[in-house]
Amino acid sequence: MSNDHDHHDGNDEHELRVSKIRDGTVIDHVRGGQALNVLAILGIDGSDGEEVSVGMNVPSDRLARKDIVKVEGRELSQDEVDVLSLIAPDATINIVRDFDVVEKHRVERPDVVDGVLSCPNAGCITTSGEPVTSRFAVLEDGVRCGYCGTIVREEIASLIDT
Amino acid sequence: MSRARFASRVNWLAASNGEIQGARHSLHERMRHDHLITSKQFSRADIETVLDYAAEIDADPSAVADRHAGTLLGLLFFEPSTRTKMSFETAMKRLGGDVVDMGSIESSSVKKGETLADTVRVIEGYADALVLRHPKEGAATMASEFVDVPLVNAGDGAGQHPTQTMLDLYTIRENAGLDDLTIGIMGDLKYGRTVHSLAYALTNFDAHQHFISPESLQLPREVVYDLHQQDAPGIREHDSLEEILPSLDVLYVTRIQRERFPDENEYQKVAGEYQIDSDTLEAASDDLTIMHPLPRVDEIAPEIDETEHAAYFEQAHNGVPVRMALLDLLLSDDKAIGGEGDE
Ligand SMILES: [Zn+2]
Repeated sequence: MSNDHDHHDGNDEHELRVSKIRDGTVIDHVRGGQALNVLAILGIDGSDGEEVSVGMNVPSDRLARKDIVKVEGRELSQDEVDVLSLIAPDATINIVRDFDVVEKHRVERPDVVDGVLSCPNAGCITTSGEPVTSRFAVLEDGVRCGYCGTIVREEIASLIDT
Repeated sequence: MSRARFASRVNWLAASNGEIQGARHSLHERMRHDHLITSKQFSRADIETVLDYAAEIDADPSAVADRHAGTLLGLLFFEPSTRTKMSFETAMKRLGGDVVDMGSIESSSVKKGETLADTVRVIEGYADALVLRHPKEGAATMASEFVDVPLVNAGDGAGQHPTQTMLDLYTIRENAGLDDLTIGIMGDLKYGRTVHSLAYALTNFDAHQHFISPESLQLPREVVYDLHQQDAPGIREHDSLEEILPSLDVLYVTRIQRERFPDENEYQKVAGEYQIDSDTLEAASDDLTIMHPLPRVDEIAPEIDETEHAAYFEQAHNGVPVRMALLDLLLSDDKAIGGEGDE
C-alpha cells in the first residue's frame, strides 16, 4: 500500500519514499507491518487534514521488510517519537524542511509512557471510567502499569489506545 | 536557631533512646502528610521504627490517648470489610480523634455513578486523612493523586494492603522474629493482597519464603518479578504443604474462595488440600506460629485455636496499636513523635 502518487517521478523509488516531502517528518525503518500502529500511537488518523503517506513492507537493507510513514507539515518532537520505540525500536526520524533532511535521529526508550497505552487488566482503576490518564513504566523487556502493576511483555501494540 | 527548636534538639539528644527517637523522627518527617499506598514504600529501618513505636503504644496506650483530639479520619470502604474498618476506627478513637464514614456503597453517591476521583475530593473536605478500601487495583494510587490530605490504602483489589502488612510483621516479630525466618504462605496467592503486600515487605529481612498453593492460584508473575528484583534470599513455590511444613517457623494461611473456581467439585477438591487441623500439625515444629488475616472459613480447624501455635486472634488485636502508630506518623505536626519531649 502506497499513497505516493504525487511523487512518482524518480528512478530511485527507495530514495523517493524516504525524502520527498516538502516539510514534515519521515519515520523510517519501522518494522514491517507496524506502520498503522505508529500512526495510532502518534494519534494521527488524517481527520485533521494532514497529508500522510504510508509505505508498507518495502524491501530494506537493515530490516528484511520495513514500513515508512511520512507526515507532511508536522515536525514530531523527540518526546512524541520516543514512545514509538516500544513497537518500532529501529525507527529513524527524519525532519524535513524544504525537501531537505535537516535532522535525523533514532528513537530512544522513554522511562514512562503517559496516555498512549491502555491497561489490559480489567480490574485496574484506569479502565474503570475514572478521569485518569494511563501511565506505564518502560522496563527492559516490556511495560508496566503505574497503577495496578500489570506487566506486559508481548504484543504491546495491542494496548494502543485508539 | 530559635530557643524552642534548640530546646527540642537538646531534648532529642538527651533522650535515653536517642537513636530510636532519631529514626522515628526521620520517618515521621517523610511520612507526615504523605500517603500510605504500598508496602514497597518502607525500608527495613522504617518498618522497625513503626513496629517499635507500635510496641510502645501497645504497652501504654494512655500515653497517646489525646494526641489527635479533634482529628477526623474519613472512611471510604467500597467493599464490605467490617473488621478492617473497625480496626481503623478504634485506632483513631484511641488517639483521641474520631471518624466520618461514607457508609455502605448501596446508600452512597457511588451507586449513582460518581467516580472515585470525585468521591475522594468531596470527602477530603470533611476529614484530615482518608482510609480507602476499593475493589480495583491501583485505586489508592489514583485517589491519592486527587487529594492533599494523607490517604491510607486499606486494600485495592488484588493489589496491596500495607497496614495489614505492618500488623502481620509485628505479629511475626513478636512470635518468631523477622530474621533467620522460614515462612510458609499458603492458600489463594493469586488474588490475596495481604500476601502480595507481606511478601514484598519480607524481602527487607533475612526471610526464606515458601509459597504453597494450587497451580491456578499461584503468585501473579508481577509479584514474583518484584521479589526477584529485591534479591529476596529464598523464594520457592510449592503445591503441597507436606514437604516444607517441618522446616517452617511461621505458616501464614489465607482463604481460598469458592468463586475462584468454575465449579463446586473443583473447589472442594482443592480447598480440602489446604486445610490445617491437628493431624496436619503432627509433622510441624513445636514452635510453629500459625497466622491468618481472618475471617477464616474452614482453613484452620477450631481445635487449633487453643494450641500454642495459634496467633491469628493476637494478630487481629495487633491491628489497633500498629494502625495507631501509622496514623500518628501520618498526622502529627510536631517533632516529638512518641513523646519523650513535650516541646
Ligand atoms: Zn493497570
